[in-house]
Amino acid sequence: MTKLLYFAWLREKLGTAEEEIDLPPACKTVGELIGWLQSRGPAYEAAFGQSKSVRCAVDQEFARADAAIAGAAEIAFFPPVTGG
Amino acid sequence: MKRVLVQAADFDAGAELAALNLPGVGGIGSFIGTVRGGGGLVALELEHYPGMTERALEKIAGEALARWDLAGCTVIHRFGRLEPEQNIVFVGAASAHRGDALAATAFLIDWLKTSAPFWKREIFAGGEARWVEAREADDAAAAAWTK
Repeated sequence: MTKLLYFAWLREKLGTAEEEIDLPPACKTVGELIGWLQSRGPAYEAAFGQSKSVRCAVDQEFARADAAIAGAAEIAFFPPVTGG
Repeated sequence: MKRVLVQAADFDAGAELAALNLPGVGGIGSFIGTVRGGGGLVALELEHYPGMTERALEKIAGEALARWDLAGCTVIHRFGRLEPEQNIVFVGAASAHRGDALAATAFLIDWLKTSAPFWKREIFAGGEARWVEAREADDAAAAAWTK
């Protein structure tokens, strides 16, 4: 099982902060996982439809769309950061 | 010395500066980010990614210690609901000379803005709320340190 975490407006659009899933075997990268998530229903389509404004971290390290996700324990999705 | 804190509570900037006044230090640089009021803003809500936030800030502080000749550096970032004029972030760097202290201070805040998982939500009088959007100028400032 992999824990998916959602922050800021992604969390609001999905109505949940986290969930546990089995990664689909066909999803090898962050980008492929985003594509699969988009297909899970209207809320997911709304949250992940503008994939250019979605950032990702795999096991708490920033990860690009081509990053591998095999074996990840925790994958987080969020908008570009705005701290400081 | 490397001091990294992620907390809801306020910080005492005077005490943090005093703690950076280590043996051999001749200069301490610091930056404090505060909540900018105006435009009907009532508060900022800062959300973060517990666990990753601490790791990211540790990494940024470690990078500053590796790049410059520092006796110490401090990074403190608050989360939760913060009102105008309240403190958000403290960064400080201490060195034998001002050059390294000032450069490391600028690096710490520039990198923190684009590399630490925080998100700000603005709350306005009347109740409407808006997620703050990332600024391209912040990405450019952070990228400048990689040249």
